[in-house]
Amino acid sequence: MRVDDLLNHTSEWLKGTGPNSDIVISSRIRLARNIKDMPFPHRANKNQSQEVLSAIKEAIDKTEDLRSAMFLKLQDMDGVDKQFLVERHLMSYEHAKTSDSKAVAVDSDEIISLMINEEDHIRMQVMQSGFNLFETFNIINKIDDVLSEYLDFAFLSDLGYLTACPTNTGTAMRGSVMLHLPALVMTRQINRILAAITKLSFTTRGLYGEGTEASGNFFQVSNQMSLGHPEEEIINNINGLIRQIIEQEEQARQALIAQARSMLEDRIHRSLGTLESAHIISSRETIELLSLVRLGCDLGIVKDLTRRTINELFILTQPAHLQKIKGRKLSVEERDVERAEIIRSKLQRR
Amino acid sequence: MLCDLCGKNQATVHLTEIIDEQMTELHLCEECSRQKSVQMEQQFGLADLLAGLAELGGKAAEDKEVAEKVKCPNCELTYDDFKKIGRLGCSECYTSFKKYLLPLLKKIHGSSRHLGKLPKVKAALSKKVSELDDLRHRLQVAIEREEFEEAANLRDQIKELEIRERG
Repeated sequence: MRVDDLLNHTSEWLKGTGPNSDIVISSRIRLARNIKDMPFPHRANKNQSQEVLSAIKEAIDKTEDLRSAMFLKLQDMDGVDKQFLVERHLMSYEHAKTSDSKAVAVDSDEIISLMINEEDHIRMQVMQSGFNLFETFNIINKIDDVLSEYLDFAFLSDLGYLTACPTNTGTAMRGSVMLHLPALVMTRQINRILAAITKLSFTTRGLYGEGTEASGNFFQVSNQMSLGHPEEEIINNINGLIRQIIEQEEQARQALIAQARSMLEDRIHRSLGTLESAHIISSRETIELLSLVRLGCDLGIVKDLTRRTINELFILTQPAHLQKIKGRKLSVEERDVERAEIIRSKLQRR
Repeated sequence: MLCDLCGKNQATVHLTEIIDEQMTELHLCEECSRQKSVQMEQQFGLADLLAGLAELGGKAAEDKEVAEKVKCPNCELTYDDFKKIGRLGCSECYTSFKKYLLPLLKKIHGSSRHLGKLPKVKAALSKKVSELDDLRHRLQVAIEREEFEEAANLRDQIKELEIRERG
């Protein structure tokens, strides 16, 4: 399998299926692991990093769920390929910045990905469509168990898994749920919700993780603390919080329909109209308009579009995806034209 | 207006930075602003960590000085280095700096005790040997944490296990 093969494939997390998929885009669990006594990536020399890389590659080859995964060394990838994987949430922005002794493994359904020599020796994630953290955890837990048979993970019985940054020590687990909350934004309740999330020691981020701003009404909610509670309890706590946010979003959606139906229908249809006819469109505007169309789809206001098509458009209109589709480098201006064209053709074909 | 950092793309993000009462304005393109915001987040995270470290339960200044010079024998990172970069050097650092890390972990996570899963092999390995090691280790931690009831309890368990093993 090659990076280009992913282009004609919809990632599992974009399928728009699974529990509560009207509000929850995806569920993701990430585990960090390190090899005992080996310096963490930022402090390892080239030989040590290479040693880590080959030890982990060997373990991957012995792990059933990862054996047939696409294995990519970052030094063999060009900038667009790297960004392409970042856009598909298979690799972190941080990981893509440098290439030395780094690699990423991705399974064919794009459910599992494993980064080698990111901030920790191993950063693995499992991502699924909809609100599904426990199932997601079960998949990654199994992979972690198998890997631990071949790799001596850095672990202390009282402190748990040892990570480069003490904010990840313990379970070294981060559970994240990507939410689409347009009604809470429209009814101006979102700041109250975000403040409550932070108070409860959870964090929110944008579509592209750490350091990115929430845009187009998408919010990623994750646990902040990784030590002091078993994995299941951490997930239970995230689930409880997410359930409340879902409920609030549902209520806000109903309130909008009851009290401002015409305004809502107007905004949704205007958004769809712009997407159907624009010839130049920025990435930011695309995300904002698609967000409203998705809401229209969830509420039955837009009837002839599937969530999957909208989700696909979110990804296909990202810079590296556009350049992959075109097969060449595009300037910002060219991308805005190309983006509009892809949106028009996708929407016409429905 | 072109981006102040790369000088190539059109600036779309306008940032005002205030450092030591000196105000500077930055005009950035989308790409550079994204990098900048990642940087800022890291700096912020680090500052946060350091603030937490500085308190360290109000330890005396000389104790702090000692702490800064402690070096990990495995990777040679000093505690002072850790405070600067916010990252530990290797897994051994956790043992080398344990005394100073425990209050920090407690501050970050509200706890300094792992209750999650164990590596599968560790869980399955000859339980007896590791159990004794584990108990001794936990005893040491309990004493450091001044959890004397727990320490007494652990000491009894160790004695019992030692007697059983000898017998």
